[in-house]
Amino acid sequence: MKLQEVKDILRANVLTADADMEREVNSACGCDLMSDVLAFVKDKALLLTGLMNPQVVRTAEMMDIHSIVFVRGKMPDDALIQLAESKDIVLMNTELPLYISCGRLYQSGLVNQERSED
Amino acid sequence: MEPMLLHFDVDGNDFTLAGETSSKVKKMLTKLGFDPAMIRRTAIAMYEGEINMVIHANGGTIDVEVTPEKIVARLKDTGPGIADLEKAMTEGYSTATNQVRELGFGAGMGLPNMKKYTDDMQIETEIGKGTCVTLTILAGTQN
Repeated sequence: MKLQEVKDILRANVLTADADMEREVNSACGCDLMSDVLAFVKDKALLLTGLMNPQVVRTAEMMDIHSIVFVRGKMPDDALIQLAESKDIVLMNTELPLYISCGRLYQSGLVNQERSED
Repeated sequence: MEPMLLHFDVDGNDFTLAGETSSKVKKMLTKLGFDPAMIRRTAIAMYEGEINMVIHANGGTIDVEVTPEKIVARLKDTGPGIADLEKAMTEGYSTATNQVRELGFGAGMGLPNMKKYTDDMQIETEIGKGTCVTLTILAGTQN
C-alpha cells in the first residue's frame, strides 16, 4: 500500500517536508511500546503510535521503518519533525485512535502477510 | 585488512539523545556497503544496548571494530552492574523505572533482543563496578 493511500484512509496530515507519498508499506504495527517494535516488526512496516518522543523516530530508523503515523491527534514538536526529516522518515498524524486506525488499514488490505492466517 | 576501530562516548544524562551512536554506526556501515540485513541487526542490537546504558548506567563508551567478515561492538559502563544475569536475560523481566516505561522502553526485551539479533553476545558484569557487553555480528549469516 502506498503512503498516499494510508493518508487518505486515515484522513491524516503529513507533517514532514518533501514526503515521498509513493513509498510502499507491506505491513503495519500499532504499538506504544518501542521495545516490542524492536523485537517483532518486519521490514517496510508502517508504525502507528500514540507515543511522542524522539525514541520513536530513532526506533524507526534502526528498524528501517520509513513512515510513522501519530494517532489520537497527537502533534509532534518541531524538533521531532526535524529529526524525522534528517533521517528521511515521513511523519503523519490522524485524529483517529490507534484501534480504529489499525482496523481501517487492515480492512483496506494492509494485512501482514506472514500473520494473515493467525 | 586492518579492522576499522571506532570509539564513542555515550551521554547518560539525556534520554532524548540515546541512540545517536547507533545511528552514526548505521550510517557508516551503509556507506561502507555492508549487507542491509547485517546493518539492521547491528543497529538494533547496539541501540538496545545504548538505551540500557542510558537507562541503567548513566552512559558509558562504545567501541566498534569493523572488518568485512564481522562487526564487534563493546558497550562498557561503570553503572551498578546486573544483579541477576539469568533473570535479566528473561523476556519481560525489567528493573526500569516507570518514567522509562512511559517513554516506551523497560519491557524487559532489551538483552533477549540483543541476543536474538547477534551471532554472539558476552556479558561481563560486577555489582558496583559496571557491565561490558560484547556483541558480534557475522557477515553472511541470517541469524
